[in-house]
Amino acid sequence: MRIIVPIKQVPETNAVKMDSETGTMIRDGVEAIINPLDLYAIESAIQLREEHGGEIIALSMGPPKAAAALREAIAMGCDSAVLLSDKAFAGADTWATSYVLAKAVEHMGDYDLIICGERATDGDTGQVGPGIASFLDLPVATYIGKVDQVSKKSCRLHRLVENGHEVLDVELPAVLTMVKEVADPRLPTLRGKQRAKKVDLPVWTATDINADADKLGLAGSPTRVVKIFRPQVARQCEKIIAMDESDIDRAVDRLVTFLQKKDFI
Amino acid sequence: MVKNKQAHSGVWILAEQADGKVQRISYELLTRGRDLADKRHTDLTAIIFGSDINAKDLQALIDCGADKVIAMEAAGLEHFLVEPYACCMLKVIEDYRPEIIIAGATSTGRTLMPYIAIKANAGLTADCTVLDIEEGTGHLLQTRPAIGGNILATIKTPQHRPQMATVRPHSTKPATKQEGRTGEIVHLKAPAECLASRINRVAFISDESQHGLQEADIVVAVGRGIKKGENMTLTEPLCESLEAALGATRDVVDRGWLSYPHQIGLSGKTVSPKLYLAVGISGTIQHLAGMQTSETIVAINTDPDAQIFNVADFGIVGNLFDVLPVLAERIRKARNHQ
Repeated sequence: MRIIVPIKQVPETNAVKMDSETGTMIRDGVEAIINPLDLYAIESAIQLREEHGGEIIALSMGPPKAAAALREAIAMGCDSAVLLSDKAFAGADTWATSYVLAKAVEHMGDYDLIICGERATDGDTGQVGPGIASFLDLPVATYIGKVDQVSKKSCRLHRLVENGHEVLDVELPAVLTMVKEVADPRLPTLRGKQRAKKVDLPVWTATDINADADKLGLAGSPTRVVKIFRPQVARQCEKIIAMDESDIDRAVDRLVTFLQKKDFI
Repeated sequence: MVKNKQAHSGVWILAEQADGKVQRISYELLTRGRDLADKRHTDLTAIIFGSDINAKDLQALIDCGADKVIAMEAAGLEHFLVEPYACCMLKVIEDYRPEIIIAGATSTGRTLMPYIAIKANAGLTADCTVLDIEEGTGHLLQTRPAIGGNILATIKTPQHRPQMATVRPHSTKPATKQEGRTGEIVHLKAPAECLASRINRVAFISDESQHGLQEADIVVAVGRGIKKGENMTLTEPLCESLEAALGATRDVVDRGWLSYPHQIGLSGKTVSPKLYLAVGISGTIQHLAGMQTSETIVAINTDPDAQIFNVADFGIVGNLFDVLPVLAERIRKARNHQ
């Protein structure tokens, strides 16, 4: 079984601070990590390989430093990794990102599964998995919580939807996007880390994957960000300070009156 | 019908059905779509795929704001399957050339829309909280939380058509019936070549443990201020006295103190209850995106500068461990008096 796992390097979002003057993100000192939701994709790929044999190739589009995320994927257990890095890729929205990843997959030859995380924690769109499938004309199954009955030709999936889950049989090759329920991601082993340090990590450019120049980066992206701003707040808050015991009684009194006035009590 | 092959016009919403019954998200999208169509001085169309869709429900889409309903039916469209749905929808898009398509950020919308956007060479923006029409250009302005939800970004698609967006379920009130509305219901046959699918839906297992967070009138939500998983029991008396559903921030769910179905925010559920009581929640945009349309918001937090107070109607700056027990008891007594 040959499995490709597209991953993304993201800023550790809990650590993101905002510049209150300019309203922009302070990127200095923010650690870059593997998108936490991609770890579930990597883990399910490893479990499938453990059961059925084969190889796992991690794939990422990003600046040269995104190689660190790919090495982490190898440390977890991926066999190899490819970085897609080219100035022409910069500023890509989900359309242009899906295009580059799909072109790279085409360049890799035969495969059985492409396994993605459900979404990345920075962009939060969840659009790239289905986007890759669309470019490659493959079936895509999203929100997958379980994979079993795997054969050369098909596998059975549990897809988490609003009021329960669907049981699906999908023909391979296919694209899957995974949710947290699928597996607990393992930690990198010491041996994995050592291998990740030494492993040769090829970097492919637009030319290497035979990509169409006008479909790349910002120029190839249908969407444009026109404004970034901090949200306006419209409500007038009646705020009561309650730091000691007598304050608390008074504050709760006022809140109960407030709730009664609004007919909640 | 005369079709202009060059221009795209009209606003579409993707209505959804289950067992032939039109789902609530469809009416929420009508609220959004009607607003956009009026601003753009154009028609609103609801498109729906299925098999044996309830005729009264199709008429209800007209009564609630659609000028036209396009219903494409076939046995193979009974349940969402990405390949037939995408193939059929792309055919209809090609024939009718809408300018804007809005779908729910549901498991269906979030799968179908990106699959279509690639093939239609269209721009797509996920999880929009505000949709508007730009004055002058008429472009769709799509606003959504960005960078982990810390800021808002407004996005547009200047060159490509259609302009596509998804919006969170429960982020808008569903449109209601208006007297005297008329419209056209178009029944289309699904093209036979579109019905092949490499995915086969074998079964559906419904989950009884859904706890109705999105339907609740009152939600009590807990943030990292609760400090420990064991402390979650502190919220029980308050939830009981208010008959409230329990929600949580991503922090709380990531730490395993509550399960994912309780998560409220950009990466969880969107709720819009009559009363939202935020306990120990600082109020990241990622969280606010999931609850700021609540009618009344009450916040309890030790930090007087917490962002949550900016969206609250009433706030107590204090320690939740002191406030919660007193509050729960007082509410219980007040309710018993009635």
